[in-house]
Amino acid sequence: MTRERNGAAVLAEGLRRQFNGTTAVESLDLEITNGEIYGFLGPNGAGKSTTVRMLCTLLAPTGGRATVAGHDIATDPGAVRLRIGAALQDVALDPKQTGTELLRLQGRLYGLSTRAIDRRVQQLADLIDLGDALQQRIATYSGGMRRRLDLAAALVHNPEILFLDEPTTGLDPISRARVWAEVRRLNAELGMTIFLTTQYLEEADELADRVGIIDHGRMVAEGTPADLKRSVGSDLIIARIEGDAAGVAPAIKDIDGVLNVEAHGNELIIATDNGSAAISPVAVALAACEVRVRDLTLRTPTLDDVFLDLTGTRIDHDTEEAS
Amino acid sequence: MTAIDTIAIPIADHDVRARPAGLHHDLASIAGRALRAVPRDVEAVVPPVFIALFFFVVNIATLQRLTESTPGFDYTAFQMATAILLGVTGVSRAGALVMDVQDKYFDRLLLTPVRRTAILLGHMAADVAVAAALTVPIIILGLILGVRFQGGPIGIVLFMTIASLWSLAFAGFGYAIALKTGNPAAVQSSFLLFFPFLFLTSSYVPRSQLSGWLDTVAGLNPVTYILDGLRSIVLTDSWQWDQLGKALLAIAVVGTISMAMCFAALRGRTARG
Repeated sequence: MTRERNGAAVLAEGLRRQFNGTTAVESLDLEITNGEIYGFLGPNGAGKSTTVRMLCTLLAPTGGRATVAGHDIATDPGAVRLRIGAALQDVALDPKQTGTELLRLQGRLYGLSTRAIDRRVQQLADLIDLGDALQQRIATYSGGMRRRLDLAAALVHNPEILFLDEPTTGLDPISRARVWAEVRRLNAELGMTIFLTTQYLEEADELADRVGIIDHGRMVAEGTPADLKRSVGSDLIIARIEGDAAGVAPAIKDIDGVLNVEAHGNELIIATDNGSAAISPVAVALAACEVRVRDLTLRTPTLDDVFLDLTGTRIDHDTEEAS
Repeated sequence: MTAIDTIAIPIADHDVRARPAGLHHDLASIAGRALRAVPRDVEAVVPPVFIALFFFVVNIATLQRLTESTPGFDYTAFQMATAILLGVTGVSRAGALVMDVQDKYFDRLLLTPVRRTAILLGHMAADVAVAAALTVPIIILGLILGVRFQGGPIGIVLFMTIASLWSLAFAGFGYAIALKTGNPAAVQSSFLLFFPFLFLTSSYVPRSQLSGWLDTVAGLNPVTYILDGLRSIVLTDSWQWDQLGKALLAIAVVGTISMAMCFAALRGRTARG
């Protein structure tokens, strides 16, 4: 038996947040239905975490309104807190407690009975697979163990809606896959609504029923990953050339079957309905322009292509993580 | 807008339903956590006791002969009040709270339905217990050195209570700095606030021996009245209700100011602004 899936778990209308005159989130509209996994995708500084902190009642909006689990985040934050769990971007743990102590304290603060706390701690211990480490101080945990414990702390009270703010940032591939599996399980078995922010395109693609793309505080696109990818064409031909790609773009646009051509530096992104048929004419056209082609690839669109199409830039993890 | 109509929790978790725990429950939970952390944070409690015991012994050895000219004056009992205040002043979990802010655990607490005031009051409840415990070794040393308490055990309990209440009143400044700044170094420095309180008063000699300006300043210093109240328990043969009352009043005045500051800082920290 699972939660009912009808109704809005999160509803935001014109949600806005400014910090000293700087707008972090601008006129955000959201409607997330119960039981949905919603991916909120964008680069660092796009406004993802600010949105999560507002929806989790840690930050008051400076404009607009939002309800979470049917309760207004500004006027009824206490009711919201009872119904949500959150694992924020930075793990929020007390290094001097043991894992068990932290989970038990979470249970007490959510008003759970001792019996319920005992059972939840056991269930969550199995879930996060920390073994005997749960009896040790959190200060001794690795980054991955802390992430998993942080997720468990968000789940102690069996929330209706789970906010995960970049839950896999910094995790190794195995730990990341484990978090993905758990997100799917929570959603499938408990019907838990999950609001997931991420800067990893494959994560949103893999997990989310729908994706919202945010850039500079504004929602620039929303839809299922398949719909968003379809919006930039069925196939993409990527040509990397020596020199500026903008100069050869007009010659490619005239080729039959080419829907759109974008030039970014030395890279041409050519959207087409039939990549297999178009790739040879593209190669010929590039040769006719007397440019040296470094590589020419055909692939299906990714969410990164969607992001590039909408914002003109790619999400560059290396640059962001370094900054 | 469509709200959730019904929630059907999985059968296996039917009694896992979040609800407000209640103020007393919140207080006990936060205080329990703070007390569990004390033995893991001994560096925060051992130095104050060591310093208090050290100066208790050294001050007696240094100054006792100077006071022997006053018949019946017990300098050991006189110094005990100073040692107690030195031991319990500045002992608080404010340093741990500021680390909660830095480690983001404070956010984890704010995400729960815990009452915001309970976060502060829970820490303070733990502080009172710790302060009371810290008075024990100093009192034991005093008893060994021959100090006698008016009313016996009742006097000891009253002595511990006044010291603990003062500790709580002063701790408010530490919490205010912790919540306002979120800076551990600033919290550690807050003990310096106590220096004027401790030295511009009758810490080492009776007030009658202080020079003109210092006597005037001591008259304005609330610690003077707390010392007088504590000393009335160990230096006199009867209850000095006026001195005990002034001690409690002085604690109330300082406590009112510090609590106003720390709860204002808490409101600022949790204002979601």
